[in-house]
Amino acid sequence: MLNEQKVIIFQLKDEEYAVPVQEVKSIERMQHITRIPRTVPFVKGVINLRGVVTPIIDLRSRFDIEETDYTDSTRIIIVSVGTIEAGLIVDSANDVIDLEADSIEPPPEVVGGVDAEYIQGVAKIEKRLLILLNLTKVLNPEKLAVLQPLESGK
Amino acid sequence: MEMTQYLDIFIEESKEHLQAINQQVLLLEKSPEELTIVNEIFRSAHTLKGMSATMGYEDLANLTHCMENVLDAIRNKKITVTTQVLDVLFTSLDHLEAMVVEISEGGSGKRDVSETVRDLEALEKGEMTKSVSHKADKPAELSQSFDQYEKQIILQSKEQGFHAYELSISLRKDCILKAARVYMVFEVIEQIGEIIKSIPSVDMLEAEQFESDFKLSILTKETGEEIKQRILKVSEVDEVVVSEINTERLNDSVHKESEHSAEKINAANETKKDESSSTSAGGSAAGKTIRVNIERLDQLMNLFEELVIDRGRLEEISKMLKSAELNETVERMSRVSGDLQNIILTMRMVPVEQVFNRFPRMVRGLAKDLGKNVNLEIVGAETELDRTVIDEIGDPLVHLLRNSIDHGIEKPSVRSTSGKDETGTIYLRAYHSGNHVFIEIEDDGAGINRQKVLEKALENGIITKEMSENLTDKQCFELLFASGFSTAEVISDISGRGVGLDVVKNKIESLGGSISVDSTAGYGTIFSIQLPLTLSIMSVMLVEVQKEKYAIPLSSIIETAIIKKEEILSAHNQKVMDFRGRVVPLVFMKEIFEVPSAMEASEYVPVVVVRKGDKMAALVVDSFIGQQEIVLKSLGQYLSSVFAISGATILGDGQVALILDCNALIK
Repeated sequence: MLNEQKVIIFQLKDEEYAVPVQEVKSIERMQHITRIPRTVPFVKGVINLRGVVTPIIDLRSRFDIEETDYTDSTRIIIVSVGTIEAGLIVDSANDVIDLEADSIEPPPEVVGGVDAEYIQGVAKIEKRLLILLNLTKVLNPEKLAVLQPLESGK
Repeated sequence: MEMTQYLDIFIEESKEHLQAINQQVLLLEKSPEELTIVNEIFRSAHTLKGMSATMGYEDLANLTHCMENVLDAIRNKKITVTTQVLDVLFTSLDHLEAMVVEISEGGSGKRDVSETVRDLEALEKGEMTKSVSHKADKPAELSQSFDQYEKQIILQSKEQGFHAYELSISLRKDCILKAARVYMVFEVIEQIGEIIKSIPSVDMLEAEQFESDFKLSILTKETGEEIKQRILKVSEVDEVVVSEINTERLNDSVHKESEHSAEKINAANETKKDESSSTSAGGSAAGKTIRVNIERLDQLMNLFEELVIDRGRLEEISKMLKSAELNETVERMSRVSGDLQNIILTMRMVPVEQVFNRFPRMVRGLAKDLGKNVNLEIVGAETELDRTVIDEIGDPLVHLLRNSIDHGIEKPSVRSTSGKDETGTIYLRAYHSGNHVFIEIEDDGAGINRQKVLEKALENGIITKEMSENLTDKQCFELLFASGFSTAEVISDISGRGVGLDVVKNKIESLGGSISVDSTAGYGTIFSIQLPLTLSIMSVMLVEVQKEKYAIPLSSIIETAIIKKEEILSAHNQKVMDFRGRVVPLVFMKEIFEVPSAMEASEYVPVVVVRKGDKMAALVVDSFIGQQEIVLKSLGQYLSSVFAISGATILGDGQVALILDCNALIK
């Protein structure tokens, strides 16, 4: 464990979240998303990311936070964990900071409505409270319960 | 010295050398006097020995060293090339291949090759004794002499309730017509079972190149005693010793033969083999070819597509601005990028030779086992296919070739009675045609027996009596591809084993190709496979459902039609339409895919009639965009199982369109 790690900070509703910079490939503006039919609601679809078809997850919907319209500041953070690559839709992303290892605390039970399961820890920096996400958990494909085919038109 | 970095090179090169030796030994069989061939083999073996010794694979080096000695003896005319010598060389090759495969899977490359080494040494000394001159009372010993393939057969037929016996048969010392007696023994056995191996080989027995004993391995449902009694009825047979082959031991020695497809390709169109043989590992074929990791090529392709999309944008912009200079530049860019696309695509192409190479050897072995004379003619081995297709096509072809040898080509005696040449011919052809590659396997054997096929199909409940009466020949042959179908009278070897041609068909179709069969009784059979040039590019029909675009693979489309609303009928709560006299269920894409409404329903309904096997469905869409060649993309690991979507593609405007998996929409 390094004493310091760089994190990307993004906004979701009123909370600030952080993901390690080495798990982030790029940050994209909002663009046309091709809907994938009959998958879970938080998977908004796929985009063409420089020739690679990349799935897009709405993080608000993923964490059961009420969804809002996308604005000019909406961003897609392209993350890559293990063999999975996906884009996360966030309200805005505009900061990179160095976190001291000793400023990170284990997660409380519930923070800002997000299940503790997805949280690696919280960090207090001056007056800001940052929630460190565990992306491996967030991107667990097992959460993608595929809906059963409808009995129609067969 | 750190060796791991050379491991990849070692494996690749070893495979190439083994391939080369394999081919040359087959050539040698055709022209045993040709010393240049021996020299070629010697060179490859020598290189292999050097490499494996350097890498520290001793068993490999030992075996190649012994091979070298034998080859050297042949070169120096100390010994002549006989079937026996060739057999031992082939056995050695099998061992070498198995070791290399083992090494490539991360093993140590160790293998017990002492027996083969002994055989080689015996050959070198000119002792023409067969390795398996052990006493028949040691069946465990005998099982050592089965190759991979024979073991597989024995084990599988055990499961089918056959017994495998090893027979040691002695003729009387004063027997005059040994070959005739052997023939009679064979006849007797073939009435009640199958001969899978004989020692010495059939040709040697026919040429009376044996003392008075020979050994046969057979598969039968009869008891050992029954067989013994029957064989003893043949006059001048002195003694028959029957021992059951111990499958337990066989089981232990059957290794998994997994096709280890190295993720490497020969970039550039390599047609000429490097003539000069080099003795230093890593130095061969330098300058002519370069190995490129296939992933890099994929990246190249992705980036290139981005470029194509941007090019499209530039074209639009230049049209808008009407600037001559810009126009000219954009046009030039279009031309260059078109050429670039061709180059990138051909970079992934490799000649089918890579797959075809292993067939002559296989056919030789199989024909020998089945006591048939088969000549394999390969045409068009230089035809190129995408690497990804090449990796997949091997198994189905093996299956079809086996099928031709097993069910197609008749036994020499049968062929001569019907006035044919005793040696059957199998043509393996590959050729390009438009955007497809065709591979044909044609034999001049007995053809498909229509009656037998129908009987079998009735028996297995694939068709009904009424259906069987008005099937055309073509439809009847198609039944071969129905699941669980095999027409061999006795379950022989290989081509079937409960795994029928249906598996081949599925495989080919999963590659986006198709397979058909045609046959003329008495004249032979031809299997014809049509494959796409590449797996990454396919032809689709683009359609719109409300405001969303979907791609439907052309391979599953029968036709498109526009029907009137009134033509939609109802049957059992199911909307259907009449399509050329058949009732076809309608599948409303809008509902199935829960597409947000954005348009008024129109008077006319565009439908795409698709099929899965012989079932059909009509997909209801909102409009047709047209036919396109698209580049296939996967949805990535996160979305590995999406209902009725097999992948995606990127359209000219840079947006993603999903590709339908019609099979999921047809019940």
